Amino acid sequence: MAKVEDEVGQTALDEEAEPTAAAEIAAPPEILAESLGQYIRAWGRRVAGGESGALPVVLALVIIAVAFEVWTQGLFLSPQNLVNLFIESMVFMTLGMAEIFVLLLGEIDLSAGYVLAVAAGIAGLLVQKPGPDWPWWLAIVTALVCSGVTGAIWGLLVSKLHLPSFVVTLAGLLIMWGVMLVILGNAGVVSISSRILVNQHVLYQIVNGNIPPVAGWVGLAVLSLLFAGLTISRDFGRRRKGLVAPPPGLTLLKIAFFVAAGIAVVAVCNVNRGSSLVVLAGVPWVVPIVLVVLLLWIGLLQRTKFGRYVYAIGGNPDAARRAGISLATVRTWAFALAGVTAGFSGILYLSWQGGTSTNVNGGQYVLYGVAAAVIGGTSLFGGRGKIAQAVLGGLVIGAIYNGLYLQGVQVQWQLIATGLVLVGAVLVDTLSRRGTLSGSATRI
Amino acid sequence: MMSPAPGQESPTPGSAAASSVSPGTQPLLQLRGVDKHFGAVQALYHVNLDLPAAQVTALCGDNGAGKSVLTRCIAGIHQPDRGEILWNGKPVHIRGPRDAADLGIEVVYQDLALADNLDIVQNMFLGRERVHRGLLNEDSMERAAAETLRNLKVTTVRSIRQPVASLSGGQRQAVAVAKAVMWNSKLVLLDEPTAALGVVQTRMVLDLVRTLRDHGLGVMVISHNLNDVFQVADRIAVLHLGRKVAEGPATDFDLQSVVEYMTTGSSRR
Repeated sequence: MAKVEDEVGQTALDEEAEPTAAAEIAAPPEILAESLGQYIRAWGRRVAGGESGALPVVLALVIIAVAFEVWTQGLFLSPQNLVNLFIESMVFMTLGMAEIFVLLLGEIDLSAGYVLAVAAGIAGLLVQKPGPDWPWWLAIVTALVCSGVTGAIWGLLVSKLHLPSFVVTLAGLLIMWGVMLVILGNAGVVSISSRILVNQHVLYQIVNGNIPPVAGWVGLAVLSLLFAGLTISRDFGRRRKGLVAPPPGLTLLKIAFFVAAGIAVVAVCNVNRGSSLVVLAGVPWVVPIVLVVLLLWIGLLQRTKFGRYVYAIGGNPDAARRAGISLATVRTWAFALAGVTAGFSGILYLSWQGGTSTNVNGGQYVLYGVAAAVIGGTSLFGGRGKIAQAVLGGLVIGAIYNGLYLQGVQVQWQLIATGLVLVGAVLVDTLSRRGTLSGSATRI
Repeated sequence: MMSPAPGQESPTPGSAAASSVSPGTQPLLQLRGVDKHFGAVQALYHVNLDLPAAQVTALCGDNGAGKSVLTRCIAGIHQPDRGEILWNGKPVHIRGPRDAADLGIEVVYQDLALADNLDIVQNMFLGRERVHRGLLNEDSMERAAAETLRNLKVTTVRSIRQPVASLSGGQRQAVAVAKAVMWNSKLVLLDEPTAALGVVQTRMVLDLVRTLRDHGLGVMVISHNLNDVFQVADRIAVLHLGRKVAEGPATDFDLQSVVEYMTTGSSRR
């Protein structure tokens, strides 16, 4: 009898060994590979199998960059324009991050664009003198809290009353549009470009101020050491303890990539983009600020229970409910965090423009935000995506926007081009699901 | 033959309460006169059922017999309208999955309740993540998950960090069972564990069920597949239209009598 069972066990092993081809495509290559070579081969199979990860968006960025570089005869990749591009992209990136919180749940937030506009209005109005003349930090906190509360309200309507988020946040879009018009009043314009009023100037400097070039290099060095230290201690530590870890070569490659990207950004930003008389150089403050928010949100989504639950609900709400997770709480918090992040992009917008007005097109901004998330690789169907993808997606949108603007292309063509890229991104999202992966039928 | 009135046990093998359990040992879980209705539909009529430790109890019944409702009552998803649930002889109120888990009751649903986008470790710890200073303690969770899979002799997965989407049907069932038993659980309810599995994978899952019993857990298997039932069950209980019509040691039944109980609510044997 024991022998029979052994044989059965053996057969089971043989049969179970079969689906590994599918597994190799569905599983991230770094968990199956033992060496860099294996990793690259596994990655290649994955790309061929339709799970292309960040590849399409990186390729898109390269193509866009080369095309515009040729078209604008070298203007596009000039340091001055690249810095402009970074700055313009920041609003798209942060709106994309806001959307990812709710997209991961399989929901959407259409109000984010006008939440941005209202947050910009609140922060701008609170630092007016004559007027409230609040400290800059209190103005920022107030704007963020208001945005968060707004998001939480949408979240409560969606999670407690089970209303579709599309409709709730569409109503939210209209409401926040109205609120923006109300708070900006008859003048319809708020400016924070005063150089004398400290509270206005600090807000203005968030995007328009630069880190001194030397400090930029020192900051990068510290950041690189931190990143390298943390990555090595984690990956190699897990490897030593016999846990699943990426191959050592990949860890080093990751660090090298991080350092190279950092050097490129700092080097470009440190080129004098003023004149020979007025030097304008250095990394804009907004870059490290957005980086901090990015790291915070990555930590929240990848390293905390809350983040795990967001993914679980997006992947299988029933499983999450049966695991005792409070879906309503997680959903409400996700909408609140989306609101806070949209409010944060409002602060960036206010700083970037040196003020705000009733002309802010929140409807267009929110769609750019969704586009940034989806182009970056976040799924519209929930459960799949990473907050960092908003950075790449935001860069793509910013690059199109910036390049066409440089070329003097009319706004209608900017809209059409961005729309086409979005359709392309959704196509990749859908095809990657329908492609070779259809073998595992349970995938949505 | 007329179906018995609510509250009355039809004469069945071992129908005297708990007679199938060896005297002196108390069943882990006892249902006493459990009623459950949804609107006008009476799903369960005065159901009595014993689930002893270290034994596999098979719950059989045709579609609509009330197997799932019964399972959900034990799991805390539904609350019985009337009747008692006794855990180790003491009455308990199971108000939610969390209460059930606190008692040591785990359910593996037919759809397995796994999140495809999460990996094996993340699924096994879903809702009960280990946290160190507010952050997930991935190392500790991964080690514990690997050990549980080893104890259950689940050795076919390539990496414990694979997303569940990349697993085969048998592997997914194994992960779902491992997820259920890694919490010092005392009673595991398996809903159609072998449905949609091939012959070899079914053998693997049935072996897993025996491993659980040998570890001293009480197991309740809900199954349509009577071949599987007779392979693993120590005890058999049959539901018919919301009533329990038979309960006893598996040796008191044969294929024919179980089918009769399932379809007519009684048996001539």
